[in-house]
Amino acid sequence: MLVSPRERKEDALSRGFRIHDGCGVAGIHSEKGRRIPGSRIRKALDAMLPRYNGLGAGYAGYGIYPRYPDCYAIHLILDDEDSLRKAGELLSGSVNIQREEEIPTRSRTLEDPPLLRRFFIKPPEQTRGLPIVDPDSYITNLVMAMNSGVKGCFVMSSGKNMGVFKGVGYPGDVADFYSIEDYQASLWLGHGRFPTNSPGWWGGAHPFNILGWSVVHNGEISSYDANRRFLEQYGYRCMLQTDTELVAYMLDFLNRKQGMPLELACRALAPPFWDKLEGMTTAQAEALRAIRLVYPNAMLNGPFSIIIGTNQNGNAMIGLTDRIKLRPLVAARRGEETYIASEECAIRSVCGQPDELWMPRAGEPVISIATGEPL
Amino acid sequence: MNPLGIPPEFHVVVDIDRCQLCGRCAQECSFGAIRKTERMEADDRKCVACQRCVATCPQGAIMVEKHPLAFAPHGTWSEKFRRDIWRQAETGRALLGGTGTALSYPTLFDHILIDSCQVTNPPIDPLREPMELRTYIGRRPRGLEFVEGDLGGIELKTVLPPNIELKTPITFGAMSYGAVSLETHKALANSAQERGTVMNSGEGGLHAEMREYGPNIIVQVASGRFGVNMDYLKLAAAIEIKIGQGAKPGIGGHLIGEKVTDAISETRMIPTGTDAISPAPHHDIYSIEDLSQLIYALKEATEYRKPVLVKIAAVHNVAAISSGIVRAGADGIVIDGFRGGTGAAPEVIRDHHGIPIEPAIAAVDDRLRKEGIRDEVSLIASGGIRCSSDVAKTIALGADAVAIGTAALIAIGCRVCKQCHTGLCAWGICTQKPELRRRLDVNTATNRLCNLLDAWSIELKEILGALGMNAIESLRGNRDRLRGIGLDHTTLDVLGIKPAGG
Repeated sequence: MLVSPRERKEDALSRGFRIHDGCGVAGIHSEKGRRIPGSRIRKALDAMLPRYNGLGAGYAGYGIYPRYPDCYAIHLILDDEDSLRKAGELLSGSVNIQREEEIPTRSRTLEDPPLLRRFFIKPPEQTRGLPIVDPDSYITNLVMAMNSGVKGCFVMSSGKNMGVFKGVGYPGDVADFYSIEDYQASLWLGHGRFPTNSPGWWGGAHPFNILGWSVVHNGEISSYDANRRFLEQYGYRCMLQTDTELVAYMLDFLNRKQGMPLELACRALAPPFWDKLEGMTTAQAEALRAIRLVYPNAMLNGPFSIIIGTNQNGNAMIGLTDRIKLRPLVAARRGEETYIASEECAIRSVCGQPDELWMPRAGEPVISIATGEPL
Repeated sequence: MNPLGIPPEFHVVVDIDRCQLCGRCAQECSFGAIRKTERMEADDRKCVACQRCVATCPQGAIMVEKHPLAFAPHGTWSEKFRRDIWRQAETGRALLGGTGTALSYPTLFDHILIDSCQVTNPPIDPLREPMELRTYIGRRPRGLEFVEGDLGGIELKTVLPPNIELKTPITFGAMSYGAVSLETHKALANSAQERGTVMNSGEGGLHAEMREYGPNIIVQVASGRFGVNMDYLKLAAAIEIKIGQGAKPGIGGHLIGEKVTDAISETRMIPTGTDAISPAPHHDIYSIEDLSQLIYALKEATEYRKPVLVKIAAVHNVAAISSGIVRAGADGIVIDGFRGGTGAAPEVIRDHHGIPIEPAIAAVDDRLRKEGIRDEVSLIASGGIRCSSDVAKTIALGADAVAIGTAALIAIGCRVCKQCHTGLCAWGICTQKPELRRRLDVNTATNRLCNLLDAWSIELKEILGALGMNAIESLRGNRDRLRGIGLDHTTLDVLGIKPAGG
């Protein structure tokens, strides 16, 4: 029996199940901010075809909206006109919409696509007579409200000068559908899914995003509920029923809200074993011990390899695996470009002969930071 | 023979073919149920099934069985009620009992199942991969501040509040010197030290010989203030204010004068032979703000170098009370469920007051999360934790660590005969009589406690591995990895878990 996307969402929300997947991930970052055509990330993903089963794929591009650099680009997946109208009402009631348009697609390449819309918005100066001092949190709250309160509406992405494009299909199908090759980005993330227990739905594809944070993920977070319940104390609502969304929220919480430096925030997700820190008195060891003590439930436990993109506080791409590296991750450098992927073949397909190529150690983040920008 | 005397519960059978009339059983029986005449003569009415005679008879000639005496069947007037009424008709007193409730209320642990990994998330083999049980108890700041260091690196600016480190999330619960023997206290302290965890002094102070174990002892400050002095506070790993106990919420303590020996008198700082009475409330705590004053008085006294915990019994309103305790400044809360043990409690309170630890810890964890303060404090749960899976389930429901009492005593010989309040413990655990205390060998008991901690810790690692996780904190509050079986909707909601298959 065919199930509509809305029914799948309702079912997922009411039963509270999570979708377990295996996947392939890839990312390319130009640290000098050179613009990379979307065809390259697609090519990298195409090289890992056996890692997908056609039930979900997606891309995140950074720097793709140079005409609206200061606007939050809200990418929406909508079930129907009714959900579009309600989402539009909520947005126009809470923010200044600079531009609203359909996300351009070649609609016949994927089956049964939902409505796809993007809004370029700015938060108002004030709300209920009070000035908005933290526009990022205002947008985060808005995203949580849309995901949980507007029927048939999912926010794909909400960062500035970036966007997520995802759907149900193989990575190549999704790239064709959104004409990914037409976008130019200094940082690309890509993902293909192999979900194990659902027909796949658009909202469940990767990347997952909040503000400038995007995450592609291969794995399963066995500690999910401990992490989710931790984040819920701080206003994050995990609505999309996959592990991955909480990775984005966790980084947003640690780095943006708690002010933890990016590298340490990554370490909080996969902290070193206590024994490794035993007897070490360096400042870094002290910091790592304190982080694990104070944020025990920031640790993601279970098999994962993830690639994170951010333009939240400087532009960077990060690759990270779980503490014993139960999922693969390879990294490479060529010139000023960094590549991270599930498999070496993905990297070689787009960069030819890398200057260096290595297997990142378990739990140790690979960080590529754009030069000349603060982090 | 008084025909109105209470009929025996147990029947002692001495096999006369095997018995060599050595008289050992008569010496061993601290309840006077066996005496030597021309043969070994048993008085069934005095037997409590402590099995001391059975365990020590060199000929293996003794058996204790449930007395076959028939009670005319009745649906309302069960044997228990008849016996209780007879006991009260004889004495005119409130019934007194030891250990936790003897009534068989449903144990929710037995209706909770733990998840395991298959395919999509691989299980982890604890024999091959590191598996972390290390747990910290104490207060956590709301965030960390970092600054750029001299060498350009990032340095931690925040000064962390004191925390105690446990190598395993299993601690020994409070059992006072006075209720238990000095040998029991020593064995608990020894094994806590050897295995990197803590024991709890209970409310009776610390014997001078216990001082050296300070870094592995949580010292208790209870309503009687027995044995509390600066030295006692300063030598400890942490301080615990005891408000209540799961077995007797709302009830104080009473150590009978006969148990107050010279050594106990010195430790508790009361005259020999006088009753040691812990009032039901602390007479300086009649409200939450009074509690806060005591918390900060203890912190001031110890220069903010030790976590101050507050122990309460799991009562109906435990969640709101816990929230108040966090806000009053405590660094951790110990929640003791109503199945928790006791050296002596009125049976009516022990068997009918409070709530079990499973819903209590779930409710407290929920409430503190709703208020956004869960991660500021540690939660220790206790009260009827019987095995490593109970530990895992308790942590998944929301605790940081557990405390065990009865389980530890069983490990060193306790037969759960429920006679703790009599001071006649034949195994040398719950007694002050020198001839009985001698029966508990501290070294043997220490080894057995170490073994118990080891065995449960290994099993916890197996549980974590099956769950695909390699650190205990990933289990903490991870209720999605639990499922209920045979529980109604409301109970599932309270526990915050889904039904099996859901």
